[in-house]
Amino acid sequence: MINEVLHTLPQVLIDGLTLGAVYAIVALGYTMVYGILELINFAHGEIFMTGAFVGTAILLTFAGFGWLASMPAIVALILVLVVTSVVTGLLGMGIERVAYRPLRNAPKLITLITAIGVSFLLQDIVRFIAELKNGNYILTGPSLFSGQIGIKASSISSIFNDASVKSSFFIVLIVAVIMMVTLDFFVNRTKWGMAMRAVAQDRETAALMSVNVNKVIALTFFIGSALGGATGVLFAIQYGTIDPYIGFILGLKAFTAAVLGGIGNIRGAMFGGILLGVLEMFAAANLPVVSHGILGAEYKDVFAFAILIIVLIFKPEGLFGKVSVEKV
Amino acid sequence: MVLKKTLSILATTTLAVGILAGCSGGQKNETANNGGNGGGGGSNVIKIATQTPLSGGSATLGESIKLGAQLALEEQQANFEKLGFKLELVPYDDQGDPKKGVANAQLIGADKQIFGVVGHLNSGVAIPSSEIYEKYSIPMVSPSNTATDVTDRGLKTVNRICARDDFQGPAGAKFAVEKLGAKKIFIIQDKTAYGTGLAEAFKKGAEELGAQILGFEGITVGEKDFNGVLNQVLAKKPDLIYFGGLYTEGGLLIKQARDKGINVPIMGGDGLDSSTLVQIAGDAVKNTYMTSAAGLTTVTDAGKQFAEKYKQKFGKDIESYSAYGYDAMGVLLKGLENAIKANGNKLPTRQQVAEEVRKVQDYQGVVTKVSFDEKGDNKYAKIYIYKFDEAKYPAKLEDEVSKQ
Repeated sequence: MINEVLHTLPQVLIDGLTLGAVYAIVALGYTMVYGILELINFAHGEIFMTGAFVGTAILLTFAGFGWLASMPAIVALILVLVVTSVVTGLLGMGIERVAYRPLRNAPKLITLITAIGVSFLLQDIVRFIAELKNGNYILTGPSLFSGQIGIKASSISSIFNDASVKSSFFIVLIVAVIMMVTLDFFVNRTKWGMAMRAVAQDRETAALMSVNVNKVIALTFFIGSALGGATGVLFAIQYGTIDPYIGFILGLKAFTAAVLGGIGNIRGAMFGGILLGVLEMFAAANLPVVSHGILGAEYKDVFAFAILIIVLIFKPEGLFGKVSVEKV
Repeated sequence: MVLKKTLSILATTTLAVGILAGCSGGQKNETANNGGNGGGGGSNVIKIATQTPLSGGSATLGESIKLGAQLALEEQQANFEKLGFKLELVPYDDQGDPKKGVANAQLIGADKQIFGVVGHLNSGVAIPSSEIYEKYSIPMVSPSNTATDVTDRGLKTVNRICARDDFQGPAGAKFAVEKLGAKKIFIIQDKTAYGTGLAEAFKKGAEELGAQILGFEGITVGEKDFNGVLNQVLAKKPDLIYFGGLYTEGGLLIKQARDKGINVPIMGGDGLDSSTLVQIAGDAVKNTYMTSAAGLTTVTDAGKQFAEKYKQKFGKDIESYSAYGYDAMGVLLKGLENAIKANGNKLPTRQQVAEEVRKVQDYQGVVTKVSFDEKGDNKYAKIYIYKFDEAKYPAKLEDEVSKQ
């Protein structure tokens, strides 16, 4: 039994890391907004989805003009990532301005409902546009990095089977790591980052210290949404096919990852995302083996969420969260 | 104050609803009157209704059934003229919505000149609507409803010319084991009524034929990453993968399986039958098989002729169910003709027509031969097996499996 689990381990880890990296960056968006506004921005999953569509649309346009063949894939990727981040970043700022700012002093529940409303709105707008342009809301983009790389894990130890990796896996992982490291640096080492942390700690006092709170919040939404949108592009490249409803389940899982890592904590979100991705993939591949076929792969979410519950029972603030002292 | 306001709003609403109700009641009376007048005007008019989605997402398929039926009806008009009856087609739009289908069925029931229905496209609409047809004894011939419940309720008026869902799984299993030589099969399903049902029927069929089932795993609709399940497949090394589910998940599953270097044949049901499957999976779709209740019309000479006639008349290419619409109407009119003849060339009752339709034996249609059994299923219905050899839709017809 252990042998069987070990056989597939290299492949499971690779697949888990890919999925986990996607969860992690989307989780960042939830955690940043929550850290500052104590608002669960449920529209974030849809911003991710919009990013996937914008990115695919750009790629398809490039392909239509025949530019895609003439430029190196890496250049196309960077271009698409940058444009998509700006578009979704502005979208996020717009949503904040229209749907959240007027309600900033309203009870938390009201903004939560608005967020859910915005997410439905985005789903249907994207579906409408996609259907109008394409006749079908399920979109398949051109594949950029489809090469296969074999990893000879069996040469390390004969217990392992060989694994194969899509080259887009490296792209997803590298871009994700770059984004997370940059964000970490930005929040912890720059003046704007300091302002963001100040607003997160105490909005009124930060305002008294001449921090422009509105600007900081808008910036937070811009960065969070830009990251979400860029992740959407990565997702579209890795999985190829997107539809307007991808944001829902993924958003839910990313939110879970954020809670697992300690909501409001950026490093916690990164860790929580990767952990959730690997756990899920591990469960899907090994549950039937471990339970002798009683539990099928479809119980992977049950497994992942059971772990979440256990963690929260013993550490309600999440793995990396700080115990918050009630502000009086 | 608040109470007063609520009261006044309530009062206004009641009034408005009352007025609306009055209006609609009036309209209903009006239509009923019209129907009555029409009936008085020409007693030898026989109307046949079609009920398919003519608007909304599946309008293309719905319209193609209607046009097929229209073609059959127009060809028979002269024949019925000789018997002294004028045939007319009344197309209804069920919008793929059970509520609309039932409402239309009520209208059809109320129109005394309608003697039969060709429809529906969706089993979910056909099942509740046929309860109404049964009430009015209007015979229904379905071109495309594969759900088992359509005929399993034992209604006297309900017939279909296509195959049943519970035949798709065993037929697929037969092909997989006997023609593809699959001995170790891994089954994945999407945990929906359709997917699980299909996968279980396949599993039973394959086990009876001596194949070994290596795994029976579920995935979640809406997810995009199936690498976890596929890692299991990779470890078990089956020689065929069966997927019970729809094309969105199916396409991704096929693509991710091929990315992992799993190159064994993948098989699925008619849920995969969509051009979107090819769009999603791309080149990976090669070596994928699917079973379907819809046959290729253009493989026979009669089918080719039909396709030409259809194109000439409507300026459109046929869809997968056009010829089934044509044949369904053909069978219905055959039953109607028999009923008229049996009744001494006088207008038969709906009940007589329904009985005669059920009695039709060995009717040779364009895509299928039709003989109804005691439940209204077609004894000659076949399951067709398609294979994708290249990333192109539609797939190539590979084999057909018949019930007998």
